[in-house]
Amino acid sequence: MDGFETLKGKYLGAVASAASESALEEVRLAALGKKGEISALMSTLGKMDPDQRKATGAALNILRDEIDAALRAKKSALGDAALDERLRSEWLDVTLPGRPRRMGTIHPVSQVMEELTAIFADMGFAVAEGPQVESDWYNFDALNIPPEHPARQEHDTFFMHRAPGDNRPPHVLRTHTSPVQIRAMTEQGAPIRVIAPGRVYRMDMDQTHTPMFHQVEGLAIDRNISMANLKWVLEEFCRAFFEVPSVELRFRASHFPFTEPSAEVDIRCSWTGGQLKIGEGDSWLEILGSGMVHPKVLTAAGVDPAQWQGFAFGMGIDRIAMLKYGIPDLRAFFESDLRWLRHYGFAALDMPDLAGGLSG
Amino acid sequence: MKFTLSWLKDHLDTEAPLEAILYALTDLGMEVEGVEDPAAKLGAFRIARVLEAVPHPNADRLRLCRVETWPDGPGGRAEVVQVVCGAPNARTGLVGVFAPVGTHVPGTGVDLKPGVIRGVESNGMLCSERELMLSDDHDGIIDLPADAPLGARFIDYRGLNDPMIHIKITPNRPDALGVRGIARDLAARGLGSLKPLDIPAITGAFPCPISITIAPALKTKGCPIFAGRLIRGVTNGPSPAWLQTRLRAIGLRPISALVDITNFFTFALNRPLHVFDAAKVQGGLRIHPAAGGEELLALDGKTYALRPGMMLISDDNGPESLAGIMGGTASGCTEATTDVFLESAYWDPITIATTGRALRINSDARYRFERGIDPAFTLPGLDLATQMVLDLCGGEASDLAVDGAVPDTTRAYRLDPARVVSLVGMDIAEATQRATLAALGFTLNGDMATPPTWRPDVLGEADLVEEIARIASLSKLEGKPLPRRQAGVPQPVLTPLQTREKSARRTLAALGYNECVTYSFIDSTAAALFGGGTDAVRVDNPISSEMTHLRPDLLPGLLRAAARNQARGFADMALCEIGPVFGGGEPGEQALHATGLLVGASAPRDPHGSRRPVDLFDAKADAEAVLAAIGAPARVQVTRKVPGWWHPGRSGVIGLGPNVLATFGEVHPRVLAAMDVKGPAVAFTLLIANVPLPKVKTPTRPALKLADLQAVERDFAFVVDAQTEALTLVNAAQGADKALIDTVRVFDQFTGDKAEAQMGAGKKSVGLTVRLQPVEKTLTEAEIEAVCARIVEKVAKATGAVLRG
Repeated sequence: MDGFETLKGKYLGAVASAASESALEEVRLAALGKKGEISALMSTLGKMDPDQRKATGAALNILRDEIDAALRAKKSALGDAALDERLRSEWLDVTLPGRPRRMGTIHPVSQVMEELTAIFADMGFAVAEGPQVESDWYNFDALNIPPEHPARQEHDTFFMHRAPGDNRPPHVLRTHTSPVQIRAMTEQGAPIRVIAPGRVYRMDMDQTHTPMFHQVEGLAIDRNISMANLKWVLEEFCRAFFEVPSVELRFRASHFPFTEPSAEVDIRCSWTGGQLKIGEGDSWLEILGSGMVHPKVLTAAGVDPAQWQGFAFGMGIDRIAMLKYGIPDLRAFFESDLRWLRHYGFAALDMPDLAGGLSG
Repeated sequence: MKFTLSWLKDHLDTEAPLEAILYALTDLGMEVEGVEDPAAKLGAFRIARVLEAVPHPNADRLRLCRVETWPDGPGGRAEVVQVVCGAPNARTGLVGVFAPVGTHVPGTGVDLKPGVIRGVESNGMLCSERELMLSDDHDGIIDLPADAPLGARFIDYRGLNDPMIHIKITPNRPDALGVRGIARDLAARGLGSLKPLDIPAITGAFPCPISITIAPALKTKGCPIFAGRLIRGVTNGPSPAWLQTRLRAIGLRPISALVDITNFFTFALNRPLHVFDAAKVQGGLRIHPAAGGEELLALDGKTYALRPGMMLISDDNGPESLAGIMGGTASGCTEATTDVFLESAYWDPITIATTGRALRINSDARYRFERGIDPAFTLPGLDLATQMVLDLCGGEASDLAVDGAVPDTTRAYRLDPARVVSLVGMDIAEATQRATLAALGFTLNGDMATPPTWRPDVLGEADLVEEIARIASLSKLEGKPLPRRQAGVPQPVLTPLQTREKSARRTLAALGYNECVTYSFIDSTAAALFGGGTDAVRVDNPISSEMTHLRPDLLPGLLRAAARNQARGFADMALCEIGPVFGGGEPGEQALHATGLLVGASAPRDPHGSRRPVDLFDAKADAEAVLAAIGAPARVQVTRKVPGWWHPGRSGVIGLGPNVLATFGEVHPRVLAAMDVKGPAVAFTLLIANVPLPKVKTPTRPALKLADLQAVERDFAFVVDAQTEALTLVNAAQGADKALIDTVRVFDQFTGDKAEAQMGAGKKSVGLTVRLQPVEKTLTEAEIEAVCARIVEKVAKATGAVLRG
């Protein structure tokens, strides 16, 4: 059994000096392999008497386990060393750019339309739509603007071509979203709450006008909706839209043929250093036109004005987008300049909702 | 509409300060667009006296003046100031106009500072009229009478302290196109009281030699009443200073007393008048519809050719005046006029508007007649104006000449005070409501209100509400919550199509597209390239030649945008738009498209070699991603029936039978060249509304079926004709065993010269990988072999394919 210590010394030394996994394997085979020295000693146990077998067997087991543990530890150490060696050669310039990925954007007009929708949906307003080529009846007559009314001239209307022999009045490109009021009420009757955002067209092009722009119409009809309700709805809207703690609106008497009484609505604001702040200051900014829906308009849409009443308003979407996001030039909205789209656009997942705040 | 404060005070007895009046005007619906307050400009200039003027010690032409000033006004403390003055009339004892240091001198644009002129201190300025911008006079300083009030503001002394107010009048308020109408509104608001308007009784000294005849065709509508008087022996010189000042203040040029009087009545009382030189009128005046073809040289110096039906005033010489719009030169008044015929008539607003628009004449008369003046004021207005002619020009008036009668516009509407409160949402007492209407000239009889004759816009009960609300002040309105239609969490409101539009937009942005909003109208060339540009979608009055037709497709607008961006140096881009396109010119002939356009390379140059030209499979992948996002079914057909603006061999249609969901591919090279876009350019267009909605709407997902058994994949390489479509092979393979075959994918294709060299001319190879998913038991090798054989057989039958050796 004294020889065991020698054996142990021999193999532990061999393990320690093995420089590679293959050298280590040779050591393992020499010691613990089927024909290895320890294995050969194990096979002699059978010929021993029980007492001797017991003592020698225990000692042999200890010897085998010690060598096995040393082999495993060495194997692991060699593996680590090999990995370290590999990692030392694996170096990349991490300052190189990542693989390019295109970043898309949502146009401010679309974004603001979704913001409007989120706010008004919470107040029970659905989204109504209507055609952009309109008959003059929907665009004017039904809205209490008869053919020779001076208000019609003020609309700078685009007219569609009429084929010779077609004697109907020419269709128009809708000059406002108000015809959607008529269509929505005709289809759904009262009570009704809708907003109608969309493109509108006026023959006007200069520093601050484009021949196409966007409006949102609002309409609420019920048994006893008042102008005070209108004011509250607009206050709530403006507070939520401009994301300020409070707003102050001023109603100014005005005239629109399709509402009576009519009011233009100003919002309290300040301009300092070209920066607009809503809800404070000494300036007033006109933001929309509104009023109580004219009985003739209700009648034109098949709603009995003796039974139903309510309000309507119209607001420029591009304009409130410019005010909220500080976009200086309306014309750029429609020029599709990539630099503009990327600067003023919104990320795909910037989805306005009331829980997270409209602009996130 | 412009007027001055003093003009307003002719009609309104008020002590209200200017600020209060301005606030009330805007609040009442007459938005103040601007105010020119002379006090702001000239308030610092006060009357002062030169105590002593001696020659300047160092300059021959300058004088050294000791000026006695009263900085706090008349009766205040006096202050003697030394001023160096170059005016030849500066002299001891002169009473003039002094500007102290710190004053902005409008005529020179200079802010006065203490100065030293040729070694002598000078503190302030003695001013000329030009320096105050009152005239061009700069010959000397203002030289006032010795008794001018020392220390008084010069503008008060000269009567210049009269702010000019410019307000916007909405089209429903013709009465507010006269100063008196504005005064009436302010009085109703409580800012003073409306002064009475006394109508003089004119006694004719002789019969009117000019007869008036309204053609029967016009009497019922076009011209219900036409009245006039001849005033003979007048002197038509310049009008008096007060009248000239008034007109100048609102931007009108004084012409002569007679013309100025008509302008004065237009603006003071909304009563346009016309004056004929009676000596040039031959025979009587006839009011009649034009036969068409007549010509008239009008007072604006232009000759107008009349169309049938336009209203004319003619005498024996022919047309003399375009009724209600503009007079003619032939019978116009001049300084030599001695006999004048003064016209006051009521014209039908619609006829005036139609004529004015057709002839493109914008006159103050047309503006008022087409909005509707007070018909009942025709004769009182004539009498007032006659009196003013007699007062200013002398002469004597004839009897009244008149045809027709004042049209009866009497109508009454019910005032329902409770409804007013319900509509406005303000507690306005019934007594206040009635008092408001009365102050505006309404006559109340029980609960019926008769509008005054000067309010043609009041046409129903709702108009009464508006008047009451307006005068009560909408500024005072307090918001009241609009109750929810149902308690609790609101219902969703978007329609499935609206939700899809939103999903498509967000998906496109997520795929890297920059959303554009381009104009709905494009030029005819671009429209024609995309199947549009017909007369049905032509705008009759386009604003420019680039915007003549409604767009038939979104691509032309995006391609134009791409070309503009390329011109700015951006070669690669991904643009998209979601918006309407127009198949025709009738309402509703519009469809919602979503279009994506990829131009140039897929990525910028980078160290990873990411850059490659975009190709149709980029467009197809994005189209499929958006289709999936909006809920299109996974199984669709791909065909090649594309419109002409697509590359005939490199584009396709994704559809469900005849229903087109999307088109994708390369844009036709000829179209790209025409639109000045440097390729490659690929695109896709989705017809959002064509995607069918799910038949059952439920949030519940179908159960997930997972097989525990090992799936098996087998690859096949088929040799087929080069133009055989891969999808045919895939579908054939899929059909070999519907239960067992989970998916079939194309993993490779080998085409081109090398492929043909190996497999024969006109051939290619397509690699398919088939995944078999057993559900009941693990497949044996024999079973797998059997399925594979069936796949080969099916594909061969469908396409003539053979397995590649």
